[in-house]
Amino acid sequence: MSAHASHAPKRSGLWDWLTTVDHKKIAILYLIAGGLFFLVGGFEALLIRLQLMYPEASVVGAKTFNELITMHGTTMIFLAVMPVIFALMNAVVPLQIGARDVAFPFVNALSFWLFFFGGVLMNTSWFLGGAPDAGWTSYPTLALNQYSGHGVDFYVLGLQIAGLGTLIGGINFLVTIINMRAPGMTFMRMPMFTWSSFVTSGLILFAFPAITVGLVLLMFDRLFGGNFFNPDAGGNVVIWEHLFWIFGHPEVYILILPAFGVISEVVSTFSKKRLFGYSSMVFATALIGFLAFMVWAHHMFTTGLGAIANTLFGLATMLIAVPTGIKIFNWLLTMWGGQITFPTANLWAVSFIPTFTIGGMTGVMLAIPPANYQYHDSYFVVAHFHYVIVGGLVFGLFAGLYYWWPKMFGKMLNETLGKWNFWTFFIGFHLTFFPQHFLGLMGMPRRVFTYLKDQNLDVGNFISTIGVFGMTIGTILFLVNVAVTAKSSKRAPADPWDGRSLEWSIPSPPPEYNFAQTPLVRGLDAFWIEKMAGNKGMTPAEPLGDIHMPSPSFLPFLMSVGLFIAGYGFLYHNYVVVVIGLIVTFACMIARSVKDDPGYHIHEDEIEDKGVKA
Amino acid sequence: MGMKGWQQFWRQLSLFVLLALALTGCGKDELSALKPSGPVAAMQFDLMKLSSAIMVGVFIVVVLIFTYVLIRYRKRPGQQGIPKQVEGNHALEILWTVIPFLLLIVMAIPTVTTGFALHKDYTKEEALQVNVTAHQFWWEFEYPDLGVATAQDLVLPVGKKVQFHLTSADVVHAFWIPALGGKIDTNPGQENKIWLQADKTGTFYGKCAELCGASHALMDFKVEVLDQTAFDKWADRMKGVQAAEPATAAGASAAQGQEIFDKSCLGCHAVAGKGGKMGPNLTNFADRERVAGILAHTPENVAEWLKDPQKVKPGNNMPNLNLEDQQVKALVDYLNTLTVK
Repeated sequence: MSAHASHAPKRSGLWDWLTTVDHKKIAILYLIAGGLFFLVGGFEALLIRLQLMYPEASVVGAKTFNELITMHGTTMIFLAVMPVIFALMNAVVPLQIGARDVAFPFVNALSFWLFFFGGVLMNTSWFLGGAPDAGWTSYPTLALNQYSGHGVDFYVLGLQIAGLGTLIGGINFLVTIINMRAPGMTFMRMPMFTWSSFVTSGLILFAFPAITVGLVLLMFDRLFGGNFFNPDAGGNVVIWEHLFWIFGHPEVYILILPAFGVISEVVSTFSKKRLFGYSSMVFATALIGFLAFMVWAHHMFTTGLGAIANTLFGLATMLIAVPTGIKIFNWLLTMWGGQITFPTANLWAVSFIPTFTIGGMTGVMLAIPPANYQYHDSYFVVAHFHYVIVGGLVFGLFAGLYYWWPKMFGKMLNETLGKWNFWTFFIGFHLTFFPQHFLGLMGMPRRVFTYLKDQNLDVGNFISTIGVFGMTIGTILFLVNVAVTAKSSKRAPADPWDGRSLEWSIPSPPPEYNFAQTPLVRGLDAFWIEKMAGNKGMTPAEPLGDIHMPSPSFLPFLMSVGLFIAGYGFLYHNYVVVVIGLIVTFACMIARSVKDDPGYHIHEDEIEDKGVKA
Repeated sequence: MGMKGWQQFWRQLSLFVLLALALTGCGKDELSALKPSGPVAAMQFDLMKLSSAIMVGVFIVVVLIFTYVLIRYRKRPGQQGIPKQVEGNHALEILWTVIPFLLLIVMAIPTVTTGFALHKDYTKEEALQVNVTAHQFWWEFEYPDLGVATAQDLVLPVGKKVQFHLTSADVVHAFWIPALGGKIDTNPGQENKIWLQADKTGTFYGKCAELCGASHALMDFKVEVLDQTAFDKWADRMKGVQAAEPATAAGASAAQGQEIFDKSCLGCHAVAGKGGKMGPNLTNFADRERVAGILAHTPENVAEWLKDPQKVKPGNNMPNLNLEDQQVKALVDYLNTLTVK
């Protein structure tokens, strides 16, 4: 095929971002959108803690408080940390396996836009009569029409649209990792971050359908007078709890496994050692992924499932401590005997280890059903899952961002600001959440908009709110750091950290086509092996030639807008709008199906990095 | 930040934690799960202590290795060469797989035995049976064998097993008396069971632990634990009063209050043997510890509630009756005559 005949039109500015199918640009879109939702969710958290700073305060009202906790949880899980995980997966996984893009670049863009419009739809509820207020778990009957406002409809529809994006994103990464690995990149040579992304994608594939079923049933109950969860008409409230947690528990591992992957990469790089016990790490990751589906009822110990179910689910949950312990000790032994340096990326990674250990330990304590009857739905649980999700996942994401920022943007984040960012956030985090363990045991239920004066809960709550200021300052310092870095003219080298995996063998940021020539992989830590052998770069597995690239497309954006419009149609029972929205989406699908898209070629002469002749 | 900073940080953190604990103690006797006042809470507390001890032990091991590694293996100025690339170590890896497994077995055994002990059903045995129905945002208690119904203040005999049968009239709530034992959900359309026992007389605090609407935070109740004689006396009097028509209140203001009550309130609230079940039973209203479960039991607070129930408990089902001050006073006077003591 001649190169110029199918050349992509040069696109620039906004139009480029709206039509891109390049995994590196989609990573940046995910990061920006996820980052914005993170700020929204963080602001909600700040208001929550201000309301709870003093007993019987009235910073926000009772109903607003329930809206804030619902949107804080839903936003942080679905719209903030998951997209930032997808940002890292998009930015890094294709590079780590030596691929030029993901398996389905068009679908990749669609994943992003579906998530984005689902999230926007949900958040517009604030301006359209009130946000969802039945908790991020939205248990019926509270989440049914009789007991909660219009906001829950936004939850039901927003999550369905966003969840669709996540599901197809997970499928995309499964296919990418199975099919797109460079020659020599066997499964047992894949970097740990790619491995954890692989297992996470598998969990997404099996977990998201469960919540989709739940949301569809809830939608029928709320919008079309169904009675799936209405006990007055023969429905059953516990079925929702099962569907939610069959998704909800694997979701926890969907979140934490990529963080485990980041920590494995960062700790190993900055100890200058290969990951200790690589194969047991892979095994532990897969085992955690498997056990993730066997333990959902530990979120329902007080639902009344009985002694046998509770005991079995409790024991199964305890088992997860074994593979998790393997990981902790492997990281410690990776550092053992190394030459550890502490740039900000590694500060986050190293501090992850004891912090996450605390979250894991309270997890084992929670797995004991009789004791769980005291912990459940108290602030002890709030402390536990924030130690896992913030002290684990968010620390991991910060480690990953500081580590891969040069690869994503071609510039290094400022180290001085980075350390301030780390220490304020780290101290603030522990101040906020450590006292909450005790508040729970002292009788404070979660999701309470206030507490009475005479119940000895004042000191813990006050300290907790002070801690939030530290986390707020830390977050602001990160934003300052991003701005300062963006303004700086200093370019990052290709391999600033003396890295070990393939992404460090190509320029920062990588060219559109990633690898001028697909690399040949000779073992785990592929790039490190070449460096140790005295080679300047990877050995190519193919001769230099024209590179085939996928065409940019506006269709993913339009398809998502169609569902976005249809969503509002459902929300206001206006079925003309529903039909218009669905027509937009289906028309785009038909256009995509019938129109042949040959992509385009980057000619051999246009490839900047000529590489080595194979 | 070097190692000094780390060490200092951990030292400060632990100091801070101790300080925070010293300041707050283990919480209020009436409310804290750390101050068990019955066998269920005590068994649960034993499991908490066992599991925390094991976990703190594990944490100390992790932190010791962690601290040692960070101090010993940080890169020193001028350090050259590449560290030895270690693939793994089978003996070590087996060790840290087997030891956690053994620790889990230590925890698993009491988990199973306690688990089954807590799930024993005392419905057909010599235990006090209590039916609990949760409402937005109050608690209904019924003693089927005694023919007594009350709300908000649960009255129990000391040292006796109580078998609860719980359900909900609207949304999912959770029934929690931390000092007596862990919680159980109240699911609409289903019955859950739990047994508890109080080993001390006095008042304990109960909470709703499952998000149930705007005033979830205010859905408190009280548990009054009496010795057996006092309990029997209370139950007898309640039974006697509830078998009869409401007594006529003495005094002009209270009598006017009763008139208003019979006209506007009796449809939802029962007094003695008469009235609806939509709202809390008020037979022994004057004996209660709190107004609406949260406010101190003073005439002013009763009046505050009557004037604007939504202000005290947002989202509750009691309408604002738009009463005049004089009517409110009359009602307060009447309500304060409702005692069985």
